[in-house]
Amino acid sequence: LKEIVAFSLLNGAVYGLLLFMLSSGLTLIFSLMGVLNFAHASVFMLGAYFSWQISRWVGFWPALVLAPLACGFIGAGIERWGLRRVHARGHVAEILYTFGLAYVIGELVIMAWGRNPIENHVPAAIDFAAFRLFGTSYPFYKVLMMGISVAMFAFLYLAFKRTRLGLVIQAALTHPQMVSALGHDVPRLFVLVFAIGSALAGLAGVIGGFALLTEPNMAANLGPIVFVVVVVGGLGSIPGAFLASMLIGLLQTFAVALDYSWLDLFRVMNIHVAPDSIWREVWAVKLSQAAPILPYVLLVLMLIVRPRGFLGTRET
Amino acid sequence: MRGNARAWAAAAVLLAVLPWIPGLQSDSARSLLTQMGIAGVFALSYNLLLGQTGLLSFGHAVYFGLGGYASIHFLRAINHGLPIPTPFVPVAGALAGLAFGIVFGALTTRRGGTVFALITLGLGEWVHASSLMLPSFFGGEEGVTASRTRAPHFLGLDFGSQLQVYYVTAFWLLVSAALMYAFMRTPVGRLANAVRDNPERVEFIGYNPQRIRFIMFSVSAAFAGLAGGLHAINYEIVAAEALSATRSGAVLLMVYIGGVHHFIGAILGAVAITWLQVSLSDYTTAWLLYLGLLFMGIVAFVPGGLAGLAMMHLSVLRTQAMAAIARSYLVALPFFVIASLGAVTLIEIAYRRATQPEAGALMRLFWIPMDTAKPWPWLGAAVLAVVGAAALTRAWPRVAAAWAQAGEELHGQRA
Repeated sequence: LKEIVAFSLLNGAVYGLLLFMLSSGLTLIFSLMGVLNFAHASVFMLGAYFSWQISRWVGFWPALVLAPLACGFIGAGIERWGLRRVHARGHVAEILYTFGLAYVIGELVIMAWGRNPIENHVPAAIDFAAFRLFGTSYPFYKVLMMGISVAMFAFLYLAFKRTRLGLVIQAALTHPQMVSALGHDVPRLFVLVFAIGSALAGLAGVIGGFALLTEPNMAANLGPIVFVVVVVGGLGSIPGAFLASMLIGLLQTFAVALDYSWLDLFRVMNIHVAPDSIWREVWAVKLSQAAPILPYVLLVLMLIVRPRGFLGTRET
Repeated sequence: MRGNARAWAAAAVLLAVLPWIPGLQSDSARSLLTQMGIAGVFALSYNLLLGQTGLLSFGHAVYFGLGGYASIHFLRAINHGLPIPTPFVPVAGALAGLAFGIVFGALTTRRGGTVFALITLGLGEWVHASSLMLPSFFGGEEGVTASRTRAPHFLGLDFGSQLQVYYVTAFWLLVSAALMYAFMRTPVGRLANAVRDNPERVEFIGYNPQRIRFIMFSVSAAFAGLAGGLHAINYEIVAAEALSATRSGAVLLMVYIGGVHHFIGAILGAVAITWLQVSLSDYTTAWLLYLGLLFMGIVAFVPGGLAGLAMMHLSVLRTQAMAAIARSYLVALPFFVIASLGAVTLIEIAYRRATQPEAGALMRLFWIPMDTAKPWPWLGAAVLAVVGAAALTRAWPRVAAAWAQAGEELHGQRA
């Protein structure tokens, strides 16, 4: 049992940190511009495909830098030539624009790399055992994933709290007119933040690509969970996003390892369920089967109990 | 009011004669018409949310799908001897949609705006994932089947033919469209418009916006469930796909492309998108890309959608600027065609290479054979696209000027 707990903890942390990389970029964009970027997970997917393609040309380490960079430029382009035009029509139009963009990016990926999953294996450069735990070796690339995400969190935190640019961006969150009056180019800040957020998504794509399956549906599969993270953590709060990512990562990983259902609980509590009851099927669902829906259950519970999320400050 | 009655009568006559128009008499064409009708009910129900109340939902297929499942189980009960004729099955769907709309609506409509959008998304994923976990009710990936013909005959009809199914759909489309139209003219409907435009003000005059959102949401869910019931009758099968995020996204695209500000917009969108889904997918595998681009274009340039575009042109039809507008269109149109031709060719070649490598490099596009292994088709298409787009941007000021002139003229008349 100790073994299961240890490995679940590790894997849950890896998954949670991956979710955090995605949700931090989304949160950043949301808190500055009030835009929920539906194409965020699509940029993540682009990051995975780019890294695979660039790795084939020049190797993994350059790809680790170049793929996020490319995603950052794409993000800047989306803001500069797409969203800015829609901005005047309000948030619904912006959400819809990115929603359409998610469709288009998904199809472009199919156009470039086909419908089937690509063989995005862990590169040989980082595919070795980092350490042994309970006689099983733990792969280095997962350690690298953790390292990169933690470094990113530290970087974001310091960049926001300690640098001049970070302070200007923070001020632009709440007082865009004032910041603009002080001579800062707020639209350019928007482009910059969109680029940073997209680059973070791209980075997550590089290291998440070989942990998950790299295929055209990966954006659609991961996107909703990232939104759950953002809402549960509190819209616009980066520490909140971190908490929620870790919680959901651990929750899902532990749930997969646990093979219990309500029926087992009822048995312990001496409640008898008739074998022909129509609800029996509901009670018989194992926790491991229910893992995919847990984030959504959490979302709904959160909205009932604490609508602003863990660390959110506003209710909208 | 009399004009309205005439419009409804005309709609009824149109729906009645539609399957007899030459070219629409085949079973496949009538099946397409039936699908359009089902999509029309669904899109109208979605427009109650997005267009009328300003609620952006990413999970509306939940009510369509649950209504569909309720209907298919109801139809199974009929197959086993319940003495109710097939055309009444959608009522079961509507009731199921209403019930789930009330339960889930109480949760989701506590907020409007972005949070509402996200909750509906999450709830949609939840319901879809749960449906795969409970196979005895939802039938897993294969779905649940029933027969629409093993039921008591109604007015001597057995509902074996596509034509009869079409008429059932057309009947329910007309009824639900009339009901929704009337509903929007009740005080609740008017308040929903007010909640969309300015919730604070609604609250200030003493109404609870949350309650109004909740009522609109439940009613909308009921009509979505009715559409699901029609789906169940038409296909005689309901599977998990019916409540998937894909279907929720499709109805959003329909309503927005059709136009959210006009009642007819949802129908226009449903007809256009269903037609695209069915016929364009015969010609190209890239149709989703075209749909996505169309949607982005509408969001960025034509916020009124197809209906808004049509209304815009109707309003200038009698002005003197109409001639100038028509002329500017004539100038711009060839460039638009050239640019699209180039872009479509590029997309088609790239798609073919990526998704059907086994089909080889030789292909035929717009009746022209080409060898995609050589650079010439790519280069030619790229030149067409770039030159066409450049010329179009040069020709566009003329169109804009003509519209400005029309605007001035209309303004002058009003003043």
